Amino acid sequence: MDKKKKRSITRGVILVVLLAAIVYTVYSSATKDKVKLLQVGDKAPDFELVDLYDSNIKHRLSDYEGKGIFLNFWGTWCEPCKKEMPAMSNQYAIYKDQGVEVLAVNIAQTEFEVKNFIEGLGVHFPVAIDETRDVMTEYTIDLLPATILINPEGEVEKIITGEMNEQQIASYMESIKPEQE
Amino acid sequence: MEKIICACGHENPFGTKLCEKCGRPLTEEVKNQKVLDMRYDGIAIRSKTRNKSIVDKIWNFFSSVKVGVSLIFINLVAASIGTIFPQEFYVNVATEAEREIYYEETYGSLGKLYYTLGLSDVYSSWWFQILVGLLGISIIIASLDRGIPLHRSLKNQRVKRHESFMKRQRVVAEGPVTAGDSAKTLDLVEEQMKKLKYNVRREGNAILAERGRFARYGPYINHVGLIVFLLGVMLRLLPGFYVDESMWVREGDIRTIPGMDGYFIENEKFILELHDNEKTEAQIQQGVNAVAKNYQTNVKLYKQPDDALPGQTDNLELVKEYSIRVNHPLKHEGYSLYQMDFRLNELKGMNFALTKKETGEELGDVSIDLTNPQKEYVIDDQTKVELLGYYPDFSGFKNGEPQTATSNPNNPAFIFKMTTPEKPDGEVSFVAIKETVEPNGDNVYKMSFKGIETRNMSGLTVHKDRTIPILIVGGIIFMLGVAIGSYWNHRRIWVEQLQDGTIRLAAHTNKNWFSIKKDLTAITEVAHLPQFIDQVEKENNEDGQKEKEGDSTL
Repeated sequence: MDKKKKRSITRGVILVVLLAAIVYTVYSSATKDKVKLLQVGDKAPDFELVDLYDSNIKHRLSDYEGKGIFLNFWGTWCEPCKKEMPAMSNQYAIYKDQGVEVLAVNIAQTEFEVKNFIEGLGVHFPVAIDETRDVMTEYTIDLLPATILINPEGEVEKIITGEMNEQQIASYMESIKPEQE
Repeated sequence: MEKIICACGHENPFGTKLCEKCGRPLTEEVKNQKVLDMRYDGIAIRSKTRNKSIVDKIWNFFSSVKVGVSLIFINLVAASIGTIFPQEFYVNVATEAEREIYYEETYGSLGKLYYTLGLSDVYSSWWFQILVGLLGISIIIASLDRGIPLHRSLKNQRVKRHESFMKRQRVVAEGPVTAGDSAKTLDLVEEQMKKLKYNVRREGNAILAERGRFARYGPYINHVGLIVFLLGVMLRLLPGFYVDESMWVREGDIRTIPGMDGYFIENEKFILELHDNEKTEAQIQQGVNAVAKNYQTNVKLYKQPDDALPGQTDNLELVKEYSIRVNHPLKHEGYSLYQMDFRLNELKGMNFALTKKETGEELGDVSIDLTNPQKEYVIDDQTKVELLGYYPDFSGFKNGEPQTATSNPNNPAFIFKMTTPEKPDGEVSFVAIKETVEPNGDNVYKMSFKGIETRNMSGLTVHKDRTIPILIVGGIIFMLGVAIGSYWNHRRIWVEQLQDGTIRLAAHTNKNWFSIKKDLTAITEVAHLPQFIDQVEKENNEDGQKEKEGDSTL
C-alpha cells in the first residue's frame, strides 16, 4: 500500500511539473513582448539626463526620491504631445511646491528644434533630450506621448499613453504627491 | 491489485507476461505462443498495471503509444497547415490590425479564419505550443513507464530460465553433445562466448551469455535527446537566453543597442560597393542594374561604466572598432550584430547662400547641419541669418504654423530671418523644398539653395542565442540514441546442461538474427552442441512464406 501511494505521489509530482512547464511556456510566449515592458508597480529604472539649458544640471531619477515624478516622453512632431504641454506647465506651477517634479524627455531631436519648440509654447518645466534613446529603450516607450507616474517610493504608479487633458494631469499629479509631514 | 506468483515462487507485478525471474509464461495468451513475444522482455508496462486514481488515468493516457503517435500526427498536420499561407514573419505590415486586414484582403474569409486561429504564426500560437508540450509529456512518461521496468528487468536477469521460456524462444536447440566429453561442454561454451565478446554469467549448470545490452537503451537515450532539445527551445523564453532585435543607426550617431544593456554603437560609415561590370544579358533581362559586392558598416562599440545609469553617456568606454559586413557580424559577449539593411543619402546638411534677389549678389554662405542646427549664422558685423524654425519633415501648415510629421529630415523646412545692412530689422522667409513663403511681403533678399550633404543609415540586427549549445547537446544525444538503437543489438544466449548431460539452448536478439546465428554456429562447432533451429523460419518455410524482415523489439 505504501509503495503504491508513493508511486502515485511520484506520478502526480511528475505530471504537475510537466504541466507547469507547458503552462509557463505558453504563458510567457503569449506575453513575450509584454514581459519586458515596464509595468505598474515596477521599480522605475534609474537614469540620468542632462538638462536642456544647463549642462551642469543632471536629472538623475534617484536624486528625486521622496518626490513624485511626472516623466513625460515627447517629440516635436507629435501633435498630442504639444497639446498637453501647456496644461502640464500650468499644473507643474501648482504642484511644484507640493513635491511633484516634471521631466519632459525629448526623443533624440536636435537641441535647436527642442528649444525652439519649448520656447514657442512658452512652457516651464525641466526638459532633457534622450540623445541615444537609451532611457526611452529602458522605459520601453513605444508610442508618444507617454507619461510615467513615479511615486515618492520610486515605483511606477501609472503609465499613460496618449494625450491628457488638464484635469487628468492635475489628478495624476495629485496621485503622486508625497504626503505632507 | 494482486500480484502474480510464479511457480518458481517469484512475485510478479500484475500485468507481467513472463516471470521476471525464471521466464515462465504467466498468461494464457503467452502460454499459447509457440515463440514468445519478447517485447520489453515480458515486463508489466507500468501504466497497464493499475488504473485507479485520476493521476493514474492521466498517466496512462500519456503512456500510451497510440496517444503518442496521434500527437505526433496532429503536430505534423498543424505545422503543415501553417505552410499554406505565408506566415506573419513574411508579411510586410507593421501592426497587428494591419496584419488581420492583410490576411482577409489577400486570402478572403479563409485568410481571416487562418489568422484568427493563429495559423498565421503557428509556432507562437498557444494551441500549437500546448500540442508540442503534450507530445513532450507523452515522450517522457512513455519512456519512464517502459524504460525503468525494462532496465530493472535486464539488471535482475536470472541465468537459469524455465524450460517453458527456453523452448518458446525463436532459436532453440536441445539434445546430447555431438562429440567429446559432455562434462567440458559448458567450459567450452563459456570460453568461446567470451572470445566472441559476450558477457558470460554462469550459475551451476546454466550459462547466460549476453552482448550489447546497451542497445536496448537506444530509444530511451533518443528520447532524452528530444527532451533536452525541447527544453532548449523553451529556454528561449526566459530572459537573458535569447535576443533578436533590430535597430537603425545613422552615420555619425551613437545609439543604445536594444536588448544589450549598457552598450552603445556608433556608425562611423556605411559602405555600399557595387561590381562595376558591364550589364550581362541576364541582368538586362531581369532588370537588375548593379550587383552589390559589399555591404559594410564601420562601427565603434561602446560600453557604459558598470555603475552608469541609462542616459548617462558622457563616460562611454570604447570596447572595439569593427567593420560589420554580411556574414561577418560584430561579436561581443555572446551578442552578434549583423548587417541587415541600409538607407542611402538621407539629408544631413543643407547649404544656402544669402542672395540679393535683384542682382543675384551673394553676401555669404550658410550651411545648416540638420543634426545640430544653430540659432544664428553670422556672416559679418551687420549681416546674419537667424533660424526661427526648423521642421525636419514638413507636412503643411496648421493654424498658420508649420508642422512636422516625423523627426526624420525627409522634407526639411526652415524659417529664416535675414538681417542685412540694407534691412537691419530683418526679413522673414519660410523656405521648404520647392516652396518659399514670404509672410511680410516681398523681401529684398532670399536664401538660395546651393546644395546638400547626405549621410547613410545602417540597419543592424542584434542577436544572442544562449540555447544553441543546449540544442546541439540535445541533437547529439538524439543521434547517439538513434545510432545505439540501430547499429547495435542485444543478443542473449541461454545454455543449460541437464542432469543427463543433454544441452538445452535458447537464443534471442532484438534485431539482426543473422549475426546471432553466426555466433551460435561458432559455439556449436567448438562445443559440439546439438544443431539449433529457428522456429519462426521453420514455421514460415512450412507455410511457404518468407521471413519478415525488420522485426525488432524495444
